Amino acid sequence: MGVALAAALGTGVMVATSPQGPIAVTFDEVTKTFERSDSAGSLKAVDRLSFKVARGEIVAVLGKTGCGKSTVFNLIAGLAEPTAGRITVEGLDPFRQFAELRGKIGIVFQGDRLMPWRTAVANVLLGLEILGVDDRKAQEVARGWLAQLGLSGHENDYPHALSGGMRQRVAIARAFAVDPALMLCDEPFSALDEMTAQRLRAEFLRLVRETGRTALFITHSIDEALEVGDRIMVLHRPARIAFEADVGTKPTPERRAELRTRILDVMASEPPAPGAPSADL
Amino acid sequence: MTGAASRKRALQFAIGTGGLAIIWQIASLFFPDFLFPSIPQIARRFLDIATTWSTQVDVLTTAARILAGLAGAFVLGVLLALVLNKSASLEAYLTPILILLQGIPALSWVVIAIIWFHGTEFRIFFIMLVTTLPAFTFQILDAVRSMSKDLFEMTVAFRPSRWTMFRVLVIPTVVPGILTAWKVNLGNASRVVVVAELVGATGGVGYELLRQQQLFDMTGALAWTLQLVVFVLVFQGIITAVEQWALRWRPRSERA
Repeated sequence: MGVALAAALGTGVMVATSPQGPIAVTFDEVTKTFERSDSAGSLKAVDRLSFKVARGEIVAVLGKTGCGKSTVFNLIAGLAEPTAGRITVEGLDPFRQFAELRGKIGIVFQGDRLMPWRTAVANVLLGLEILGVDDRKAQEVARGWLAQLGLSGHENDYPHALSGGMRQRVAIARAFAVDPALMLCDEPFSALDEMTAQRLRAEFLRLVRETGRTALFITHSIDEALEVGDRIMVLHRPARIAFEADVGTKPTPERRAELRTRILDVMASEPPAPGAPSADL
Repeated sequence: MTGAASRKRALQFAIGTGGLAIIWQIASLFFPDFLFPSIPQIARRFLDIATTWSTQVDVLTTAARILAGLAGAFVLGVLLALVLNKSASLEAYLTPILILLQGIPALSWVVIAIIWFHGTEFRIFFIMLVTTLPAFTFQILDAVRSMSKDLFEMTVAFRPSRWTMFRVLVIPTVVPGILTAWKVNLGNASRVVVVAELVGATGGVGYELLRQQQLFDMTGALAWTLQLVVFVLVFQGIITAVEQWALRWRPRSERA
């Protein structure tokens, strides 16, 4: 499906296979347009996008700034409604069956988005409170996730007393604590220094793989996509698949290098956004 | 605020008010009592009022009128702010009305209330409500609108019920604005209530001030005024304590 689309777009790079096993996420000919307030017409952010994500699969969604990655993220999260097409997450429409997906999607945002008035443990408790988990059990789960992420002893610290990396760990613990079927991540480590990002990425991957969760990881970094994804999808603006490839859990350095070159070519082939500065500036 | 900083603030307050008292005391040596009564005279009268039940009833009546008016305006202000936040068209119609209300002097409301209503307590409640409602509404509306879009989306992504959303996000977001609104409106309300009592009541600090004016008793006027000032300071202190507890999570710069 993604392969066929890439072929239709004439990218000439088709190295993907269709996902195997039960499906966690489906995008079927999804289009999303936004009406602009300045009566300049509508803006198409997603264009007849179709893909599937199998349960237990980690898919990295890669694209330049403004290619519609965040819109795809919002559509999966149920924060936006598709203009056309159909989306399912665990068999449910994330926008129309919003409440029914409670506790099934864990989200890690670009920033930590911690509530500044809540301590680290209270932030992790948020999703559990919303799910109505018994207080004692919720405390146990929240403290357990903080411990897993190396934050024992910081449970009662307010976010302002934690470093950027620690805050992002709390955000990851908050997402995992509700035991979601799908982890949805929007450039979660992009605001961190490279060393911290690398360490957190490794921890995040370990936790996702150990618990067998499905993950959709949005990023603009090729190296991050190669490190994280079992499969990579490269989007061109408005969000449509320009390239799709299986990476596997442990790709060889040669395979990585080959994919990196191909992805670079695909990304470079995308025409610049209207109004974007030209490359030779 | 650190312990040293609050001690310094208390010292500055003591020096400022102490200096004013000294200047007043010196003036009392050169002017007659009906213009500048001495500090001990004022203090004695203040204590008399504070320790006599019949006069304390007047102070407590005024305090109750202030708090009832503020509570009414607060509840109505919260409801109005939530409605205005939801509906842009209602906001377009109601905002000019609230601005108009804000521009009407308290004394005009006193006259209107006396003509419109019979009961003293209802008149005063009406005046308090109508003079503090616009400020409460605007301040709470601002507080609701200051809610972080990022935190809103993060919380929504967990798919909470409306009530849970209100409890975990809206209330903590608007608390600082609400406390500020109470502090600001408390000062306004204490001034308005005196005007309302001065003209249309038979009890309370405003009524007692009118009596002191008729008796040409400056000592009594100052002692009654101080009763109201003490009430406002005590209540401000309570709000500040609540604020410090509720906003204990806020980071402080060491230079603050």
